[in-house]
Amino acid sequence: MADSTTLGESLRRNGVSRRGFLKFCAATASMMALPPSMIPRIAEALEKARRPSVIWLSFQECTGCTESLTRSHAPTVEGLIFDSISLDYHHTLQVASGEQAEAAREAAMHENMGKYIVVVDGSIPGPGSNPGYSTIAGISNYDMLMDTVKGAAAVVSVGTCAAFGGLPKARPNPSGAVAIQDVVKDKPIVNVPGCPPIPQVITGVLAHYLVFGKLPELDSLKRPLAFYGQSIHDRCYRRPFYDKGLFAENFNDEGARKGWCLYRLGCKGPMTYNACATLKWGLGWSWPVESGHGCLGCSEPDFWDAGGFYQALSIPTSNVTRTAAAAVAAGAVIGVAAGLANKAKKSGAAKKHQTVTVDQLGKG
Amino acid sequence: MDFLLWVRGPAFDVAVAIFLIGVVARLFEILLLGRKPLHSEPKGGEFGNGMAEIFKRSVPLPDIVKRGAVTLVGGYVFHIGLFITIFLFVPHIELINSIFGVRWPGLPNPVVDGVTVVTMVAMVVLLVHRLLQPVKRMLSGFEDYLTWVVTFLPILTGWIAYHRLVNPYPLILGIHILTVELLLIVLPFTKLMHAFTLFLSRWYNGAVYGRRGVQS
Repeated sequence: MADSTTLGESLRRNGVSRRGFLKFCAATASMMALPPSMIPRIAEALEKARRPSVIWLSFQECTGCTESLTRSHAPTVEGLIFDSISLDYHHTLQVASGEQAEAAREAAMHENMGKYIVVVDGSIPGPGSNPGYSTIAGISNYDMLMDTVKGAAAVVSVGTCAAFGGLPKARPNPSGAVAIQDVVKDKPIVNVPGCPPIPQVITGVLAHYLVFGKLPELDSLKRPLAFYGQSIHDRCYRRPFYDKGLFAENFNDEGARKGWCLYRLGCKGPMTYNACATLKWGLGWSWPVESGHGCLGCSEPDFWDAGGFYQALSIPTSNVTRTAAAAVAAGAVIGVAAGLANKAKKSGAAKKHQTVTVDQLGKG
Repeated sequence: MDFLLWVRGPAFDVAVAIFLIGVVARLFEILLLGRKPLHSEPKGGEFGNGMAEIFKRSVPLPDIVKRGAVTLVGGYVFHIGLFITIFLFVPHIELINSIFGVRWPGLPNPVVDGVTVVTMVAMVVLLVHRLLQPVKRMLSGFEDYLTWVVTFLPILTGWIAYHRLVNPYPLILGIHILTVELLLIVLPFTKLMHAFTLFLSRWYNGAVYGRRGVQS
């Protein structure tokens, strides 16, 4: 439950030094593109911040987002930030289950009415589809979501499934999956897409809320601009090779070994907005393109249906070759038919042609 | 993103279908027109002369150089530029490869970028010239301006997309592809069809002249 302990007290109790704390504040400020003058303010605000109640709902998801989040733990200070919010309900991480767990959720909602944050990972079967595709404690995902967000201050959709429908929504979408923003219309929503999102991005959004008491600035897809403001392509260290026209043609050629651009191997970096190229993964160790694989575009809506992962971005998503073959055949038929019609017209005209003699002309 | 998926999927299919049906049907119709049999004795070869004519007509006559320098130079620059931007830009080669299974090396992007700018400048110069020259203006109709616009838009939007001057990128990339689809749909039914009929008619002229033994 949200208690009166401030974040500063909680961090000290967990053995975080003042230096470590300020380092985190500086990192948060730079991550969110805030000026250095904001660092003391962030420190001050975080010191005094009351631990807000967070209810984490997991629906049609693979737990990858939670896995990612837990990688920001031990012993980094981002992990402690998570110790320092009051995570009152998270059915993957909590010990309790069944009615006990649901009772904890309801109690947290009741005590913090209008103030708690709902974090959602996973899509839900839409209101029109069979609720039986995904239930928790016998409650449909839709009912649980709508019931829980009623008293929420804000909703954070973590992962592409919650933000845009993700994998469950991929064609043919058997469960009628929809994104959280498709059904929750009356609450402030932040989308933190990615499959999974970068751990620091999840904690960064929550830190922003703790510091400023409001949600960060968002782009047109409701993603925080601080992390999703620039494309992978614009920040990619392989960009000079794209500009020079040096591309890897397969995963085992000279270009691949020399670290050339992966555009031809299907990299979706040019259309993907995320912080992978700057924050990187695994505590800044590496990221997909650095390890030699193109970007899949996982933080963009419908990335699963956006053409093959190993096909260049400029390639159409449909089977154009089949369409082209059919069109050529149809064109040939139409052309021949038009040609025959012209011929018939010509011979018809020739038949109707009446010759006149000079005498006949003279009579006229 | 929905928009980008639509232009890369169903819309592209429709555009390609209309384009190919139009081009193939028109070519068949033209070829089936036929010609009356020639009964005179041939005074020279047909095929070879036709082929030679295709190249000969690309060399401007001295008189035309003098009288229509802007049209001539502008026309050459813009056509060669168009060829380079369409066929030697790597993303375009990938697209062609996905449909026809053939690929070739592209040019470095900054080179294509420069050529694109030169192409656009040439097209603008030609348009201004068309508007300022009384004779050209009088000869121009709606179709001439329509074909200019549908040719110019893909180049402009592609250049803007390459430089990422519009955010988000999927939007401008989608607009670029949409303008190309517009060009594909318009091409077979306007004088842009010359892309396909040009060499056919040049060969035919050359072949007729060859048979008659006339200097061409």
